[in-house]
Amino acid sequence: MSEKELGKKWDRCLADGAIKLGTGLGLGIVFSVLFFKRHTWPISLGSGAGLGMAYANCQNNLRSHYMLHRGDKQRGSTQC
Amino acid sequence: MLRACLRGANATARVSLLPAPQPRANVSVSASKVVVAGLLTVSGGIGGTVLYASVMLKTQHRCLRELATTAGEAKSVICSLEDYWGCLGLCLCVCVFSLEECNECHEHKERPVEEVAARLAQQEQEEQDISASVSASLEDSLASSAKATLQAIGAQEAALQAIMQHTDKLKEAMEAEVLPEEKSNQWKDLEAALADRTTALNDARAALSKANESLDSLRSVIDESKGLKISSVRPLVLAAEENLHNMVVDLDKMVMKVKLRLQSITLKLLSKLCADQELNRELAEQKVREKIHIDAALEQQKLEDQKALDSAVNTALQHVKEEARLDQERKLAELREVMEAEMRTQLRRQAAAHTDHVQDVLKVQEHELKAEAEQVLSSKMLEQETRYRQLTQEQLDNFTLDMNTAYARLKGVEEAIDSHVVAEDEARKAHQLWLSVEALSYSLKTAEADVPTVPLENAAQAVRDSCRDNDFALALASALPEKSLQRGVYSEASLRARFNSLRSLARRVALIDESRNSLYQYFLSYLQAALLFEKRQEAPPSQLSSEDLDPFKLLSYASYCLEHGDLELAAKLVNQLRGEARRVVEDWLIEARLTLETRQVVNLLSAYANAVGLGTTQAP
Repeated sequence: MSEKELGKKWDRCLADGAIKLGTGLGLGIVFSVLFFKRHTWPISLGSGAGLGMAYANCQNNLRSHYMLHRGDKQRGSTQC
Repeated sequence: MLRACLRGANATARVSLLPAPQPRANVSVSASKVVVAGLLTVSGGIGGTVLYASVMLKTQHRCLRELATTAGEAKSVICSLEDYWGCLGLCLCVCVFSLEECNECHEHKERPVEEVAARLAQQEQEEQDISASVSASLEDSLASSAKATLQAIGAQEAALQAIMQHTDKLKEAMEAEVLPEEKSNQWKDLEAALADRTTALNDARAALSKANESLDSLRSVIDESKGLKISSVRPLVLAAEENLHNMVVDLDKMVMKVKLRLQSITLKLLSKLCADQELNRELAEQKVREKIHIDAALEQQKLEDQKALDSAVNTALQHVKEEARLDQERKLAELREVMEAEMRTQLRRQAAAHTDHVQDVLKVQEHELKAEAEQVLSSKMLEQETRYRQLTQEQLDNFTLDMNTAYARLKGVEEAIDSHVVAEDEARKAHQLWLSVEALSYSLKTAEADVPTVPLENAAQAVRDSCRDNDFALALASALPEKSLQRGVYSEASLRARFNSLRSLARRVALIDESRNSLYQYFLSYLQAALLFEKRQEAPPSQLSSEDLDPFKLLSYASYCLEHGDLELAAKLVNQLRGEARRVVEDWLIEARLTLETRQVVNLLSAYANAVGLGTTQAP
C-alpha cells in the first residue's frame, strides 16, 4: 500500500538513525576511549556523524521516488 | 226295316252333330216311326202266316209253324234290332253330346300364342295320328262288315234259293197229280227242302245278325270318328258311310227280297190252295167260314201291301235321301276341304302378316321404349352423378376447410408455443443473467472491513455463461477489471475508512512534491498539518477553481463525498492531489477506481438484466 510506504520509510529512517547514532556513538565512545582519552568530541563527532548519515540517508530514502537513477534512464531507454 | 233303322240312326247321328236343342225328340220321332213300321211289318207277317196256316194242311201247319218261327225269329230279330237301333241312337246321341260338351268345355280355355301354335302343331299331329288310326279302324271295320254283309247276302241268296226250291217243291207237291208213294217222296223231299230252307233261313238270319253287328260296329266307328270332328277323317268317314249305306242297301234289298219272296210264297200258296182240288174237300167244310177270313185277310193283305209299299217307298225314299245326303255330305266335305285349305292359307297369310306387323310394331316399340328408358336412365344417372359430385365436392371442401383451419390453428399454436418457448427461453436467460448479475452484485457485498470481496471471477464467469449470445452483456462482463476478477474489490466502507486514515497522512505530506522533498520540508509539512485546521468535511462545489486544488480542501471535499457515498467524486477529487500526497493515496485511488469500475459494470449489468427481465416477463 502506498500509504504505508511513508511509514515504512520513517521506520527505516528511525531505525537507520538509531543504528547510525548508536554506531557513531559507539565508535565515538570507542574512539574517545581508545584514542582520544575520553574526550567527548569523538562521541559527539561519532554521534553527530552517525546522525548526519542517518539524516542524509533518510532524506535520500524519502526522495528516492522522485530521483531518476542512471540505471532507470538506461532501463528507461532500453524500455523505450 | 233294317234300312229304316239305319236311316233313323244316321238321322240321329247327324242331328246330334249339330248343336240342336232337342235332339231327343227327333230321336224319339224317328224311333217311333221305326217302331211303328216294324210293328206293322211284323203284324203283317204274322197275319199272313196265320192265314196260310189256316188254309194249309197239317204239313202246311208245320210249314206255317216254321214260317211263324222264322217270322217270329225275324220279328224277334227285328224287334231286337229295333230296340238295338233305338238304344244305339240314344247312346250315340248321348255320346256325341257328351263329346260335344267335352269339346266345348275344352275350347273355353285360353292359351298363349306360342302354346297355341304348339298346340296346333300338336293337334295336327294328333289329328294325323287319329286319322291314321281312325282310317285303319274304319278300314278294318269296313272290311269286316263288307265280309259279313257279303256273307249275309250270300246267306240270304242261299236262303232265297232254298225258299224258291221249297216253294217249287211245294208247288210241285200241291199241283202235281202223282201217285201216293211219289207224293210221300215228294212230301219227304218237301220236308227236306223245308229243312234246307229253315237251315238256310237260319243261316241267313245268323249271317244277317252278324252283318248287322258288323254294320253296327262300323256305324259306331263311323260315328266315333265323326264325333272326333277331325276334318282329315271326313273323306274316310264319308267313304265308309257310303260303303255302309251300300251294304245296308244291298242287305236290305236281299232281306226285302227274301221277305217278298216269303210273302209271295204265302200269297201264291194261298192262291194255290184256293185252286187246288185235292184240298177242296177240306176247304168245302170251312169255305163259308173262311171266305170272310179270306176277305179280311185280303183286306189286311191290301193294307199290308200298301204298308209294305209305303214302307218300301219310305225305305227307298230314305235310301235316296241317304244317298242324297251322302252326296251332299261328300260335296260338303269336298267344299269344306277346299274352303279349309283356302282358309288355312289365308289364315296362314294373315298370321304371317300379323306376326310381321306385330314384330315391326314390337321392334318400333322396343326402340322407343329403349330410347325413353335410356334417356330417363341417363338423366337420372346424370342427376345422381352431379349430386354425388356436388356432395363429394362439398365434403371435400368442408374437409379442406376444416383441415385448413386445423392446420392454421396448429400452426398458430405451434407459433405461439414457439414464441412462448422463445420468450420463455429469453426469460429464462434473462432470469439467469439477472440471477448471475445478482450473484455478482451480492458478491460485491461480501467485502468486509479491510477484506476485499471474493474474487469475482466465478460470478463473472457465471455472468459470461448466462449471456453467451448477448454481446452487450458479454462486453460488459468482459469489461470487468482483471484485478477485481482475481482479487476482488474493496467495499466503499473500507475505502472510506482507509481514506480517513489516509487523510491525515496526506495532510502531513501535503507540502512534499518533486521540488520539495527534503527532511526539512517534511518537518514543515508536518508542522503545517499540525497547525492547519480545515473543515473536516466540506461540500465540494460543482466546479473546481484553482484555489480548490489545495490538498486540504480537496481532502475535506473528498471526505464529504465519501461520507455522502459519492466515491466517484471523491476519487475525482483525490485525483487532483499532486506530489507526495498523490503518491500516498495512489493505491487508494487505484482501489477506488477498481471498485468504481466494478460497481459501474455490475450496475450496468444489473440494469441491463433488469431491463431484459422486464422486457421478457409479461404483465398478466
